[in-house]
Amino acid sequence: MRLSDTSRLMAPKAAPLSDFALLMRRLHIDGPLLGGLLLICGFGLFVLYSAVGESSRLLVNQLIRLGIAFVAMLIVAQLPPGFLRRWTPWGYLAGVVLLVLVLLKGDVGQGARRWLDIGVRFQPSEAMKLAVPMMAAWYLHDRQIPPKLTQLLMIAVMIVVPTILIARQPDLGTALLIAASGVIVIVLAGLPFKVMIGLGLAAIPGALALWNFMQDYQKQRVLTLLDPDSDPLGAGYNIIQSKIAIGSGGLFGKGWTNGSQAQLEFLPERDTDFIFAVLGEEFGLFGVLTLLALYLFVIGRGLFIAVQAHDTFSRLLAGSISLTFMVYVFVNTAMVTGLIPVVGVPLPLVSFGGTSMVTLMAGFGILMSIHSHRKLLPH
Amino acid sequence: MSALLSSIKDIHSERRVFLSRVILASVVSILLVGVVVARLVQLQVVDHELFAEKSQGNRVRIEPVPPIRGLIFDRAGRVLAENLPAYQLELVPEQVADVEETLERLAAIDLIAAEDIPRYLELSRSGARFKPVTLKFRLTDEEIANFAIQRPRFPGVDFRPRLVRHYPHGEEIAHVVGYVGALSTRDMERLDTASYAGTSHTGKTGVESSYESDLHGDAGYRHLVTNARGRQVPSDTNDLLDSATFSNLSPTPGANVHLTIDLDLQRIATRAFTDRRGALVALDPRSGEILALVSAPSFDPNLFAVGMTTSQFRGLQDDPDRPLFNRAVRGAYPPGSTIKPMLALAALETGATNLTRKTICRGYFQLPGNEHRYRDWKPGGHGPVDLHDAIAQSCDVYFYEVSTELGIDAMHEYLDRFGLGSGTGIDIGGERRGLVPSRDWKERAFSGDHKRWYHGETVIASIGQGYMLATPLQLAAAAGTLAMRGARFRPHIVAAVEDPLTGERDPVTPERLDDVGIDNETHWNAVVGAMHDVMQGPRGTARAVGTGAPYEMAGKSGTAQVVSIAQDEEYDDAELEERQRDHALFIAFAPLEDPRIAVALIVENGESGSGVAAPIAREIMDAYLGYADDAS
Repeated sequence: MRLSDTSRLMAPKAAPLSDFALLMRRLHIDGPLLGGLLLICGFGLFVLYSAVGESSRLLVNQLIRLGIAFVAMLIVAQLPPGFLRRWTPWGYLAGVVLLVLVLLKGDVGQGARRWLDIGVRFQPSEAMKLAVPMMAAWYLHDRQIPPKLTQLLMIAVMIVVPTILIARQPDLGTALLIAASGVIVIVLAGLPFKVMIGLGLAAIPGALALWNFMQDYQKQRVLTLLDPDSDPLGAGYNIIQSKIAIGSGGLFGKGWTNGSQAQLEFLPERDTDFIFAVLGEEFGLFGVLTLLALYLFVIGRGLFIAVQAHDTFSRLLAGSISLTFMVYVFVNTAMVTGLIPVVGVPLPLVSFGGTSMVTLMAGFGILMSIHSHRKLLPH
Repeated sequence: MSALLSSIKDIHSERRVFLSRVILASVVSILLVGVVVARLVQLQVVDHELFAEKSQGNRVRIEPVPPIRGLIFDRAGRVLAENLPAYQLELVPEQVADVEETLERLAAIDLIAAEDIPRYLELSRSGARFKPVTLKFRLTDEEIANFAIQRPRFPGVDFRPRLVRHYPHGEEIAHVVGYVGALSTRDMERLDTASYAGTSHTGKTGVESSYESDLHGDAGYRHLVTNARGRQVPSDTNDLLDSATFSNLSPTPGANVHLTIDLDLQRIATRAFTDRRGALVALDPRSGEILALVSAPSFDPNLFAVGMTTSQFRGLQDDPDRPLFNRAVRGAYPPGSTIKPMLALAALETGATNLTRKTICRGYFQLPGNEHRYRDWKPGGHGPVDLHDAIAQSCDVYFYEVSTELGIDAMHEYLDRFGLGSGTGIDIGGERRGLVPSRDWKERAFSGDHKRWYHGETVIASIGQGYMLATPLQLAAAAGTLAMRGARFRPHIVAAVEDPLTGERDPVTPERLDDVGIDNETHWNAVVGAMHDVMQGPRGTARAVGTGAPYEMAGKSGTAQVVSIAQDEEYDDAELEERQRDHALFIAFAPLEDPRIAVALIVENGESGSGVAAPIAREIMDAYLGYADDAS
């Protein structure tokens, strides 16, 4: 694999590339990654059209968001990793300042303070999804790896500060995902297994502390998971209906736009967090396995890019972006199938709604940049 | 050298560690996905039959049942807001071949306005295709009859019964009760979606908005048998539903809200403002209960509840008389001489004046070393006046003179204690704070050379002009505080919230605020006595209004300039545009010794506080105290 990849990159000297391949190289696009992403988005649009009750306006909305997200990816792909690295600390600092501003004077939407109005309305917590792993990778870039304990503490602070600021908004789901993206960097940097196990044990009292941090509705979600029937109209209803939808889909599903659970509105939030259940109902096990395979392909390609990367920053960052994407996929699918409590995490690239899509695609833009800006050093 | 070597990163070992971690992460990832896949196999293969059966059995769907909105009553239990059955016109986009063409045909038979077609088109495109779009919230009997004949021509369009909010006293009390309007996307972000499932309207202004959470109630749900396409089957089938298996939950109706408003008084006040612009607030000074709150002109809140055409709404919004603007709580006007009683108390308390001091009023006042003449409203002057005369005859020169000793900051301090310049905290939204200037305020509000406070600004502030602004509500509260000799209560409109099922009432207890902090009875007697003489003394400005009344009352007139008049220019109101005439203000309370009502009002461009505003105050007090002329 590695050899073939190297030879492909060396190819221009050996054999002329086709015009298309040349264009892709010039635009710093990674073909396999782009292909995987397009397949996921295309499949997702089909499912979404059915989930929104065949509303063409909402479908066009989603298409526009996807378009913006792909443009963001393309732009980020043009920025060399070295450039990204130099600007990382400033971006991170600006992000933390913006998070503080949000808490002080942000716009309130749906009971939480997440938006900031600086000409355009935007969520600083979105930018932090990339800024936190970038900061951790930047810090480790010119240090000995695996990191020493004091260095680990430094990184812990870099992760914990934005996490707490976001949790205070309150947006516990995003806060935990951002913390995860930072922790992944540390693990990839070679955190000793002993420390990992130790931290795992220490996480138990941490989880208890978290329980106290939770809002009532969040506690309710955890309790509902244990006994969905206790709240058939509230949070439990979602899980019950979602399991019926997926289960009734069987091997090949009820057919596109024919899912009675989704179409007859038994399934709540079917176009956003619970869209995976629509997929399961209308396309069956065959459909969900196809989507999971596409996700795994994209994640695998991301990890491959990480292994191929030429410097510490790129390596750690590419690994973290890929594995964080994995966390999104797992959390959403596990929640919709009733394995973990309902946390508001959308199915990446498929769920309706756009704020997180741009961040996600910008992340893939970084992966493409890392892969396409490598200098071809002989090993 | 070795230090240098060790500081060089070991690239190869780093790569090795990283690769091992990536492999570890990949294994964990595949395990996690494996868990999800195992779960999917369990749901979709192992338990497929069970779930398929459950999904088939999902012919019984849960439908939200919106709660019935609480009613609003006046203090005597008369209904101010109720719910009436009405038919609404709906269109289901999925069942209509060409939505635009259908809408055009509906417009052709005058069921909808042609100008609203783009709005409905947008609505029908934005939602799910099987969800009905409401075209009209309330059909008249004629429209129902008309449509019933033509119905076969309009597949996918139908009418459906529902409850519509109705305000039987419409315009008379619109600015108190407010209105409900169709839920907007912004409302949906703010409100609890579970509780509002099935609700179409929400309170937008007034009590309808501020007591929304009480009035709305909670949605219930019921089970409905549906056919394979999810449409509800005829209702008799629903009776077959075993009530033990399919327990329904009745919605919790919204609470009834009882107001402190006296509808009779409100109507009399409304009538007094016929063909006038202005506002009036009457309250009980012993509790802060608002008895009447009028802002004129008003509007018909029923238009909002049933929905209006775009041009109707524009007409209301662009009306130069601004009927939608609640002048009573949002209108900030210069309070004019109505603040003189409060400034008199401030001057007495601080020693800036005393009860025996006399000033010779020549009709104008000049600051030392300055040519500018601050004029009295009475061109020839009042002659020698003491504090009592200065209030009763509303002598400006006396207050100009005292103000130079009192100073703006002391004025600010005392007016602030009466609640001017800060919100009263009334229980309907949108209240303005007004403004009581001070040195400190000017420093903050202006920049550069304009930051300085000038003596001349203190002089004009002493007659409630210049920067000073107050709402009619604030003035009514201040009048109540004068009546109570310093005791203050937060003005409020809601008397009690009633559980519609048990009839249990949860009364709103009057909230006592910090006293004004003036304990000298002699000072109170002097100022209140002077206010009494304004209305019932031999030389009072409003003696024409107060003399001969069967009870004792107190008041103070005010006139607020709308345009400033240049030095030595003659005031000729015939030449002034109507809208440039002075505003007429009046504050009053009665009975003098045991006050039960305090009133403040403004008649925009009414010119004379004593001549135009005072008679309205008298009429309100007569009516409330039971001395109304029954012949009227």
